[in-house]
Amino acid sequence: MAEDDASSYPPIEPSTFDLIVIGTGLSGSILAAAASAVGKSALHIDPNPFYGSHYASLTLHEFTSFLTAHSAPLPHPNTQPQFQIENNDYIVAELTTHTLYSDIEVTVHDPEALGNGKKFNLDLAGPRVLYRADSATELVVKSGIEQYMEFRAVDGTMYVGSSEGRLDAVPDSREAVFKDRTMSLKEKNQLTRFFKLVQSHLDATEGDETARISPEDLDGPFADFLNKMRLPEKIKSIILYAISMADYDQDNLHDDNYVLKTKDGIDRLVIYQKSVGRFNAPGAFLYPQYGQGELPQAFCRRAAVKGCIYVLRMPVLALLMDKTNEQYKGVRLASGQMVFSSQIVLDPCYNFTSPIYSRPRIRREKVARGICIIRKSLKPDSSTFVVVYPPRSLHPEQMTSVRVLQVAGNLNVCPSNMYVVYFAFLCFDADQGKRLLHTTMSALSSLLADENSEDSSSSLPEKTGTSEPSILWNAFYIQELIKVSTRVSPIYFS
Amino acid sequence: MHGRPRKAPKPEAEAEAASAIKAEKLRILQSTFLQNHLNKIYTKEALDVSAKLLESNPEVYTGWNYRKLAVEHQLSQSESDPEAAKNIFDEELRVVESALRTNFKSYGAWHHRKWVLSKGQSPLDHELRLLDKFQKADSRNFHAWNYRRFVAELMKTSAEKELQYTTNMIETNFSNYSAWHNRSAILSHLLKKKASGFESQEKVLTEEFELVHQAIFTDPDDQSGWFYHLWLLQQTVKPESPFLISSWPPHASDLMVASDSSPSSSASSTASYVSKTRTLPLILYFDQLVKGVNSSTITVDSELCSSTNLIWRPVSKNTATAAQAWITELTLLDAMSGASKAYPIKISIGHSEGVTSLSNVQLLATSQIAFTVNIEKRASDNANEQDVEEILWTDGNFHASEIHHKESVPVHPFTLLSIADEKKPPSSTWHVNTLLNEITLFRELLSEISCKIGKLTLARLLTAYDSIMMWKTNPPCAYKFVHTEEVLELYSDLMKSDPSHFQYYKDQHSSAVLQKETASNDSLSKHSFFYKNSASASKVTCLRLNSMSLSRIGFIERLLWVQMLDLSHNEIRTIDGLEALQLLRYLNLSDNKIKSFTALEPLRQLPLEVLNISRNEIGSHSIDTTRYLSASPLSHTYSNPDFITSDPDDIKNYWEAYILFKGLSLTQLDIAGNQICDDKFISFLVKVLTSLQWLNGRKL
Repeated sequence: MAEDDASSYPPIEPSTFDLIVIGTGLSGSILAAAASAVGKSALHIDPNPFYGSHYASLTLHEFTSFLTAHSAPLPHPNTQPQFQIENNDYIVAELTTHTLYSDIEVTVHDPEALGNGKKFNLDLAGPRVLYRADSATELVVKSGIEQYMEFRAVDGTMYVGSSEGRLDAVPDSREAVFKDRTMSLKEKNQLTRFFKLVQSHLDATEGDETARISPEDLDGPFADFLNKMRLPEKIKSIILYAISMADYDQDNLHDDNYVLKTKDGIDRLVIYQKSVGRFNAPGAFLYPQYGQGELPQAFCRRAAVKGCIYVLRMPVLALLMDKTNEQYKGVRLASGQMVFSSQIVLDPCYNFTSPIYSRPRIRREKVARGICIIRKSLKPDSSTFVVVYPPRSLHPEQMTSVRVLQVAGNLNVCPSNMYVVYFAFLCFDADQGKRLLHTTMSALSSLLADENSEDSSSSLPEKTGTSEPSILWNAFYIQELIKVSTRVSPIYFS
Repeated sequence: MHGRPRKAPKPEAEAEAASAIKAEKLRILQSTFLQNHLNKIYTKEALDVSAKLLESNPEVYTGWNYRKLAVEHQLSQSESDPEAAKNIFDEELRVVESALRTNFKSYGAWHHRKWVLSKGQSPLDHELRLLDKFQKADSRNFHAWNYRRFVAELMKTSAEKELQYTTNMIETNFSNYSAWHNRSAILSHLLKKKASGFESQEKVLTEEFELVHQAIFTDPDDQSGWFYHLWLLQQTVKPESPFLISSWPPHASDLMVASDSSPSSSASSTASYVSKTRTLPLILYFDQLVKGVNSSTITVDSELCSSTNLIWRPVSKNTATAAQAWITELTLLDAMSGASKAYPIKISIGHSEGVTSLSNVQLLATSQIAFTVNIEKRASDNANEQDVEEILWTDGNFHASEIHHKESVPVHPFTLLSIADEKKPPSSTWHVNTLLNEITLFRELLSEISCKIGKLTLARLLTAYDSIMMWKTNPPCAYKFVHTEEVLELYSDLMKSDPSHFQYYKDQHSSAVLQKETASNDSLSKHSFFYKNSASASKVTCLRLNSMSLSRIGFIERLLWVQMLDLSHNEIRTIDGLEALQLLRYLNLSDNKIKSFTALEPLRQLPLEVLNISRNEIGSHSIDTTRYLSASPLSHTYSNPDFITSDPDDIKNYWEAYILFKGLSLTQLDIAGNQICDDKFISFLVKVLTSLQWLNGRKL
């Protein structure tokens, strides 16, 4: 945003608040809503003309321009963050932003079909879904934001465990195990026995050590525990990657930070299982109508109703600190106005230097994201679903799970005859990420091709040759992941 | 409802007060209602009272009956007005619906609804919607399932659609007995009428086995799948058509018949029979209960008799019209007064229709039994039979073989009848493969987990497999029962690990032991001994199944020839089935667990002379549980006691004993070592058993 636009803003009244939140991303929006709900005065600022920041859902053009804009540092007079003393009252620390996106690659295959692109609501942070039984969903219900938005059930979770790349439903509950036709009877028995073991561990009262999993096992790697339970590789892989959603290949770990511990694995499994069938719907997940961007926006609306003041299109230039007691005092806006609060929440993408505060070193990881818009569902009998490609299922060097979410047009993310497919995985290196994005894309394309070839058996063969491309549009990008080290439930890539 | 935690009871005082108020309200309603009912008042106000009563307590059956009368009354008032009639029935449905909301397990309410629906005035679509609601709330409620079947029938819903409904319910939650049950009912129906897609029982059952495997393996602890599996197994192995499995005299036998105690054995004869009454019993034994055995359905071809004169009698404890064993008696009087002679006899069964199973299924095949009867003319026909020697069941009196004559114990052969290949009971390749597949699967499951019902199922599968393989073998007696040991081991294991069902496993175990020990004439010969008392020259062959820890008797078809049977030192509680041993004269049941005379009821049909029931538990149990399991003698039409005892208490006290013994002409009875056996009882026995010569080892 140009400062000229911002300077034309009328001054914000009052200029002192209990809390100032910068950035309307999901966490900032929740904080603003929470503070307003308990009667605190709050100011919520965002430099963008829309709500949601990096969690927004955008039209096709907004989407590409936002990515491009954030692939370079925001224009700022100084290239290095600085601080200076101003008016002899405050220490002023200038804010810069991290460069979040790189390696952006957008391909338009069928511009005609896409039209002006305004019928699309593409998630910047896809694929994201909500577990029905986790604290995020509880928050949605408790905070009352459900009145501003609607959720739809994600039909189910698939995983790709076979070399043929077939999508199989994850046997995530007793009923799903019963219905499954890919597991042998013995494997079914082993899997439900494991579910029961977990259940009896949870049900066991304090002191009943026989029914509980031992503390040593709980503290050890989940993969080891599954081995100890003599579960075959296939079942192990389903539990680790498709139910407990382990990010990294648990069999070839070089870094202990990436080990999924038994206790965490079990926590995730339990949340997953509690989610299945909750609210009388299939599957474990929810997806918001009109895209994930609805979620921060709904929290913002909740906050606004409770008195929070909103200012969009307003970049924040600097933090103000008290010279004497070195407390944060407020921020300076692009309009030139200074607003004051002793509590300031910054979106994690901001960076600054200060004499009194040095940011802790953040472990930098990357997440490679891909989006494609397709004409036909990846799976003929299902429209909105999650797919997990466990590590090494796509490529021998695939070290992390690739997770895919297909959302159908009836969820208002695209025209009703189309589907948006999101996929993402963690990676350490952009080149490696790009390669795997392409591999994933071709695996997904082959699913579409399989479907076409099935069709061709019933229709005229020459028709398939001249048919329209099944992929209309796709985008790949690598996003810097700034990991906030809080205990968050396993929502996709917080 | 299922799976819902019980609500904590309200604090006592509060609950008491609340229930007192409720009771008071109900009491007023009830008395007003009864007044209306008595005076046949069917006004709107009166109906409202009954509705209120039923809505708060649907269990008042009189209330529903009153409403039925009221409906009929109202209908008679508003004849020829279809609209009014519809309103009347709608109101009934509304009352039932709100009564069901109070308690949707109320039999009365569901029944009333059926009654209303059966009048044909109400839309049925609404019923299905209501059912969907109820079945969503509690998918296993059998009232709702029952009602669903009723509505489906009224609506003429296709059975296929209802089958699909059970599939959906099972996929939602397979722990649902009602759904599995309904599935079995619908499938039986579809298979029976050979509906399109259900022509091949084999194909349908194979698919059902696959379905139920998913449930069983997913959660072996859930029993509903196992029960469906048991049904499938029964469908697989149960022969629909009855067939004849054995007879006495056996097919192809050469029988020596004499009127005194020891017919001379000749080299050619394979069996001998002493007929003091100068009659020869003919016994037919079927695989299941059959009816319609009579002189027109069974042809007996012999110069000894004309088959039309023969009277066939079912041998059954309840003397109904159906039995597994049927008997008739040939009169040999004329033949026995003539010279020794061989008479061929041929019995043909199934050539004319009429012998059917209880469900009216015809015999599987025709059978023919042919044997020869050698009537021996003896000089010493009229030996004095007044004095009878005491039978002593001591080991010393049983001899494996006759040393002097160097002959082996003549085992009376039994022959399981072979059946023409094309008409075998279920034993196709499909049957064999299905059972083999099941056996492999459950062995695999049991190698993973320990599961009682799994072991039981495996034991049942192995037994069924052996049974099928036996009928595939020709002759059936030649089949070697390869799984008996494994079956025995499974049941032994179950007896240990599941003591609450011990007796059932014990019975099954006994059955398997008997299967093994009576499998062939060879194995039977190991248990056959000459009985020879030192004082006498007469000898009888005794089958000794003693000290084998049996709890019951079985495989009667292989024992039809037995005249002397030693079952002592077992754990026998019931002798049901023994009534078919129509030649049995000597029986030792000592040292068993017989608890009452009622349990000995099958003996009443036998020509028993010697009975030893020493050291059982008769009289030790104040409550005779057998009475509840079998028909009570009191419920039958018995003639009044035809003897007058000096003490009228005797009959009152020993009624069961009296019923048992008055029909028997025992010459010897050992009954010592039972609680009941005191001096008073002994004197009672002496009075009842007029032919008795030996009692508890004492000569009378």
